[in-house]
Amino acid sequence: MSTAEPPHSEQKPATGAILAPGYTFTTLTDKLASIALSRRTPKSWFFGAAVGFVLTMVLLATITHLVFKGVGIFGVNVPVGWGFDILNFVWWIGIGHAGTLISAILLLLRQPWRNSINRFAEAMTIFAVSCAGLYPLLHTGRPWLDYWLVPYPNTMGMWPNFRSPLIWDVFAVTTYATVSLLFWYVGMIPDLATLRDRAKALWAKMLYGMLAMGWRGSARHWHRYETASLLLAGLATPLVISVHTVVSFDFAAGIVPGWHATIFPPYFVAGAIYAGFAMVLTLAIPLRKIYGLEDFITMKHLDNMAKILLATSLIVAYGYAVEAFMAFYSGNVYERYMMWNRATGPYKHMYWALIFCNVLAPQMMWFRKLRHSIPALFVMAMIVNVGMWLERYVIIVVSLSRDFLPSSWGLYKGTVFDWSMFLGSIGLFIALLFLFIRLLPMISIFEMRVILPEAKVEAKEEQA
Amino acid sequence: MKFTVDSRRSTGVDIGAARTKLGELHGREYWRSLEELLETDDFREHLHREFRVPIDSGVDRRELLTLMGASIALAGLTGCTRQPTERIYPYVKPPEEIVPGEPLFYATAHLHEGYARGVLAKSYEGRPIKVDGNDLHPASLGGSDVFAQASILNMYDPDRSQTLTERGQIRPWSALLAAVKLTLEQERPRRGSGLRFLTTTVTSPTLQAQIAAVLAELPDAKWIAWEPTGRENVFAGTKLAFGQELQPVYAFDKADVVLSLEADFLGSGPSMPRHVRDFVSRRRAETMNRLYVVESTPTLTGARADHRRPLTPAAIESFAASVAAGVGVGGISAGAPADAFADAVAADLKSHAGASLVVAGETQPPAVHALAHAMNAALGNVGKTVRYVGSAADTPAAQTAALAELVGEMADGRVSTLVILGGNPAFNTPADLDFGKAMQKVGLRIRLGLYNDETSRLCHWNVAEAHALESWSDARAEDGTVTILQPLIAPLFSGKTAHELLAAFSAEPEKSAHDIVRDQWRGKLPGDFEAAWQKSLHDGLVDGSAFPSRPVAVRSFPLDPRASTLDPSLTLLFRPDPTIWDGSYANNGWLQELAKPMTKLTWDNAALMAPATAEKLGVTTEDVVELSFAGRRVEAPVWVMPGQAEGCVTIHFGYGRTRGGRVADGTGFNAYALRESRTLWAAPGVEIRKTLRRYPLATTQHQHSMEGRAPVRAVTAAAYLENPGVVAHMGEPPPGPHDTMYPQLPRGSYAWGMAIDLSTCVGCNACVIACQSENNIPIVGKEQVQRGRAMQWIRIDRYYKGSLDAPETFHQPVTCMHCENAPCEVVCPVNATVHSAEGLNQMVYNRCVGTRYCSNNCPYKVRRFNFFLYSDFTTEIKKMVNNPEVTVRSRGVMEKCSYCVQRINRARYAAEKENRPIKDGEIVTACEQACPARAITFGNVDDPESRVSRAKAEKRGYGLLVELGTRPRTSYLASLSNPSPALAPAEEPEKHKA
Amino acid sequence: MAQIFHRSTNTVSRVSVFGAVFFLGLLLWLFDALNRSPYTTQQGVARVQPVQFSHQHHVGAMGIDCRYCHTTVERASFANIPPTKTCMNCHTQIWAQSPELEPVRESWRTDASIPWVKVYDLPDYVYFNHSIHVAKGVGCETCHGRVDRMPLVSQHPTLQMAWCLDCHREPEKNLRPRDAIFTMGYVPAGNPEEIGKKLAAEYKIRPPMELTDCTTCHR
Repeated sequence: MSTAEPPHSEQKPATGAILAPGYTFTTLTDKLASIALSRRTPKSWFFGAAVGFVLTMVLLATITHLVFKGVGIFGVNVPVGWGFDILNFVWWIGIGHAGTLISAILLLLRQPWRNSINRFAEAMTIFAVSCAGLYPLLHTGRPWLDYWLVPYPNTMGMWPNFRSPLIWDVFAVTTYATVSLLFWYVGMIPDLATLRDRAKALWAKMLYGMLAMGWRGSARHWHRYETASLLLAGLATPLVISVHTVVSFDFAAGIVPGWHATIFPPYFVAGAIYAGFAMVLTLAIPLRKIYGLEDFITMKHLDNMAKILLATSLIVAYGYAVEAFMAFYSGNVYERYMMWNRATGPYKHMYWALIFCNVLAPQMMWFRKLRHSIPALFVMAMIVNVGMWLERYVIIVVSLSRDFLPSSWGLYKGTVFDWSMFLGSIGLFIALLFLFIRLLPMISIFEMRVILPEAKVEAKEEQA
Repeated sequence: MKFTVDSRRSTGVDIGAARTKLGELHGREYWRSLEELLETDDFREHLHREFRVPIDSGVDRRELLTLMGASIALAGLTGCTRQPTERIYPYVKPPEEIVPGEPLFYATAHLHEGYARGVLAKSYEGRPIKVDGNDLHPASLGGSDVFAQASILNMYDPDRSQTLTERGQIRPWSALLAAVKLTLEQERPRRGSGLRFLTTTVTSPTLQAQIAAVLAELPDAKWIAWEPTGRENVFAGTKLAFGQELQPVYAFDKADVVLSLEADFLGSGPSMPRHVRDFVSRRRAETMNRLYVVESTPTLTGARADHRRPLTPAAIESFAASVAAGVGVGGISAGAPADAFADAVAADLKSHAGASLVVAGETQPPAVHALAHAMNAALGNVGKTVRYVGSAADTPAAQTAALAELVGEMADGRVSTLVILGGNPAFNTPADLDFGKAMQKVGLRIRLGLYNDETSRLCHWNVAEAHALESWSDARAEDGTVTILQPLIAPLFSGKTAHELLAAFSAEPEKSAHDIVRDQWRGKLPGDFEAAWQKSLHDGLVDGSAFPSRPVAVRSFPLDPRASTLDPSLTLLFRPDPTIWDGSYANNGWLQELAKPMTKLTWDNAALMAPATAEKLGVTTEDVVELSFAGRRVEAPVWVMPGQAEGCVTIHFGYGRTRGGRVADGTGFNAYALRESRTLWAAPGVEIRKTLRRYPLATTQHQHSMEGRAPVRAVTAAAYLENPGVVAHMGEPPPGPHDTMYPQLPRGSYAWGMAIDLSTCVGCNACVIACQSENNIPIVGKEQVQRGRAMQWIRIDRYYKGSLDAPETFHQPVTCMHCENAPCEVVCPVNATVHSAEGLNQMVYNRCVGTRYCSNNCPYKVRRFNFFLYSDFTTEIKKMVNNPEVTVRSRGVMEKCSYCVQRINRARYAAEKENRPIKDGEIVTACEQACPARAITFGNVDDPESRVSRAKAEKRGYGLLVELGTRPRTSYLASLSNPSPALAPAEEPEKHKA
Repeated sequence: MAQIFHRSTNTVSRVSVFGAVFFLGLLLWLFDALNRSPYTTQQGVARVQPVQFSHQHHVGAMGIDCRYCHTTVERASFANIPPTKTCMNCHTQIWAQSPELEPVRESWRTDASIPWVKVYDLPDYVYFNHSIHVAKGVGCETCHGRVDRMPLVSQHPTLQMAWCLDCHREPEKNLRPRDAIFTMGYVPAGNPEEIGKKLAAEYKIRPPMELTDCTTCHR
């Protein structure tokens, strides 16, 4: 195996550029392909992967205990029937969104700067969705009967209740997962072929070969590829909106004060994109450092994402404001108390922390200086991740803890198993992600080629 | 009891701050729990705290098996596994009457403090599963209480004493007979001077006769009776007033004005259901009675009072004196301080002379009883609202003195043989007597007991006692009515009855209880014996066995000097526990997990003290304090009790068992340890020391105010009669019938509905246990209750209103409302909860996957979830108590009130087989049947003539949270009160607000 | 550059990609088939009993009425299994020494029940009531089949919920005149549909909307 380091451009990319100058098809391809193929794995990878796998074991242990003992190992009770389970489900689903948004919507909007980040953003989507999927499946009292939520001809002569938002969830989430997976995979085919061709070891050739499905880069292939990815992009785009809209129905369709609000769909979608981009940043920043990808994931990218964060944070802030206003304006005693309770009740710390994380802190993105300070961005992204988690906590737990009859009010607190399951799912996410960056091209090689100057030239020649 | 040491700085409650905050509240706003009011950290962490989690602590072998067993059961639910082959074991010779799957009912009695209350026991294939009141019995009238309802669980208690042992060795019955024979031979020469019988209060004519027979043969032998909640004050009171020991029998239905001197006649006592029924029959706006209560510690009776005043025991005495003087009882130096309240009460009583009633509680000293009797006499109530009969218990009324004498004799070694029938003297006798120590000087100790308990440990011979439902016996009610107890099942552990044990001391030692009881009544029943015997068994009472009224004449009696001297120091009050009574129900899971009516506490007792007292001591709820009295010390967690008399600390005895069984042990603290024979009910001069420890208590309700909402609507009878519409305006109006996007559900043949009258409901919890028994509701344990996972389908909400020191208290039973537009149904993904054509909100356990979405979306939060495998699928004897008509729920499914659909279906089968419609009143839900107040009515709301329709038609009817458009089928009737115009309550003006 | 894969791989891959879909479908179908098969439902599986009691002989040949043994079928939810005494009523005289009947005589001597194997075994969360079905004109044969032709009784229907619902949704299809309820091989005299409707009206059968309420069977 060649240990030859691929050429590294001396000049830093000019700010505003989405790719450092001095790259050719070859150097660029060498550099990106080498991450999966020849380049020796950095120590940090082993460290990260290890953490991921250990936490994944924690997850498995928790699930085993859960199946043996029952959902009571979690902190849920009456009145608070949903806790970390649904909370984390919504949180993960939200995180997934950025991926689809970047790959699909920005593709349709012809935003070339997306090319370097869409691949691992999509991967992130898929892993986030698989983590999210765990929760609704395991939060039920009898998980082995979850298949009853699927409409199929059965010996009971029964159908699921199509009025229930949970059924809508089943369809929304499964569709979303399927389309995202397809999109991701189809998008990877040309690069898999590249890897196949450059791989030295036979097993690698075979592996990538199979995955590449006999891609030869012929015009016919490219033509079909374009059509396919465009179609999938078209399919995925509405899903970005629909999935979290449907998820928000889980609450909006309920009568619980703090759930029953018409603003939820847009407010959830915005929140999802918000959370998603925060997570993309959280991943992109260390990755470009570890793998020296500053040339491909440039300040321009980070800057753009920071701006998106800022924008969505304002939308979310608007959501909070409207919630408070409607509570007051409705004149409804329960709505008013709900808001008052959030701000001053037993969970007030949660609420104010959420306001800080999701509304106040992001405002620093107004300053170019901060947008261009990597540490600031990273901290920012982290704050938002926490903030969005708190938001779900406030919506789900706090609303449930005090609803209509004072006599039935109660409090909720996550147990050690709630936390181990949460950490475990994070571990699963990390583990999958590290496998991905080690084995697959985390930056789309051929799409990067497109933004090379050479590509433009060719394009000109073609026209001529 | 174990304390979890808590290093957190206990912030304590600043009651002063509470008062100022309360000052801000006004109008109908009901105040909330102190900690909540002040947002203290303690409150926030109250539930947050992590406790020892037995149910979480790994999976041990037994649990593993349980879980595997359960998972097989669960697998069955998926429908895609084969059913294991089951077998059917038919009778060889079919017993008459028994039809497999069809219940039979037998009339017998439940014993409370030794007195009988008629019950009907329901039995399937010879397996009793439910106990309810007997309509014909004067003390029951069909109603029951928590103890009668829960007694069935005691019978199937695996911790019951199961064998006959001598010094731990299992022995045959014959061995005991031999031992007794030997004793008798030793005792005969000395005329039985070394022989002592210790029983609880005995009202059984047969047992009394048996003991009398033995004593006749051995004249120097003695019979002592000890009941920790004994009524000796009652008898001493009548002796003081009339010169003879008499049992007062009250007729609350005839009383326009009632004054209770700490008499909890609505909350406890052998005749509680009768008293409740009579009392609430006068809680209708038109014929409203008026209740004055003075008491030291809040009771259900106090909660129903139109005027309640918390007073220390000494103050009650002087209050009684003042009222007595006011109503013209002669010979009372009205030295008691003039008291506007007392004068008003006296005036009210006088203006209803002959139709008023003064009742004194068992806990009151004889003088107060005597005063009460004197007042009734002066008011001409005797013979109208109260009559006097002989005592059903013909043991010496002065139980304490007799017990003290016995202990003395034992200590001096003058007792050679002690026979203990029932009770638990080593645990529940006054601490100063130190019964346990003294009895060890007795040569031969024979014990008949239901449990192998603290007393059994100190006895040589332990005879497993047969449960009342396993025994032939008889007993009298307070008014003398005799009920013959018949067994519904052969003794599960070959237990013996007291009759059989006493027979051992007679000429016919082998005689069976059946023969003994039967022979006792032979010739004593009117007419043909066989017919009369059968009738007595069938009706559950012996005709004409009630005592005749005795004429009484008040003598002048001295007043207790205590009356004048108010004790400044702290007074410790001893009371039986509202749910486990004197400790005899300590191993009963249903009662342990039952929220106590006033505190809503489960699984523990506490030191109840007034907010002001707690403020003085600088302690708050859950702080552990050390109570010391006469050199004895006990540690107890504090419970701040609104409405408690300042300077009084109440502790409930019955907890702190050491050999009570798996359920009882380790719960609460032993209040008997401070109880002395001199101060059975009130001990002045107790010292309280604050410790730095805290002890977590499990309560089912954390919020005690209504937050300006109107779940309970209360109005004065006057205001209601003046403007019946007032109730409707107390809350948001419901949306119109067409303000819904959901289609009107098609109506079936019937429309089931329920009405709950908050004016007659006294909050006694009988319905809660009845429901638990009828519907196989499991218990979950203290830790789970703390996590908010209690399973009872009915909960009784308790709200406070008004001042911190003397609040008004409201009780409201809440269960599934069976909404016509049920929010839970829309959100269930698998159609596990759907609406029936007849308006039932059906919960199908076997379809439920357990998303808990329905519970989240239920505005009443009446759905209960099996977070773990709460039901016992393995212990055979525990399974025997289950109602075969109701599915036993497994892990991970939701459950809730079903309107007792099994009873609906049974009635439907009967009706449809006869090709007729179901009659009104043919379906009686378990809660309705148990309710002593008949506050719950169930029936067809489409039939305008049905009882429930007539109830709902009342102007004071209202639905809970109707503004949400849920259209609940269960609705409420507003609570009415009848305050005296002479004592206009402060909040009167706001009554018309809203 | 050398080829890694042989040409045939293309076909293989195509087949496997599309085949996967059908394979998955097949698995699901198999599971469902198993679920409905007699293996799971025990439908039509003759059970070996401690005594090889032949309904064919007693009902078919001797024409004994169902109610002679199953006495409570009209009164109770449970159509009782006859006590040993019922057998002995006759078999103290006839076949008094037959070795086949030894278990019965033993039960009679030792007062121990005959451990019959349960053939119609509903899950514990299902509450079926015989008396109401009989009262409403549902014949024994409808659910139990031609027991007069069963040497050893086996389960006639699947006893799966869907089967119960079939009848609760269209009860009129399975109604008989009162006198035909205990007869085997009943043939409606005339147009079954009309007779069904007539009987449904006569028996005051509740509308399917009510008959299919969950609480009709589940509590």
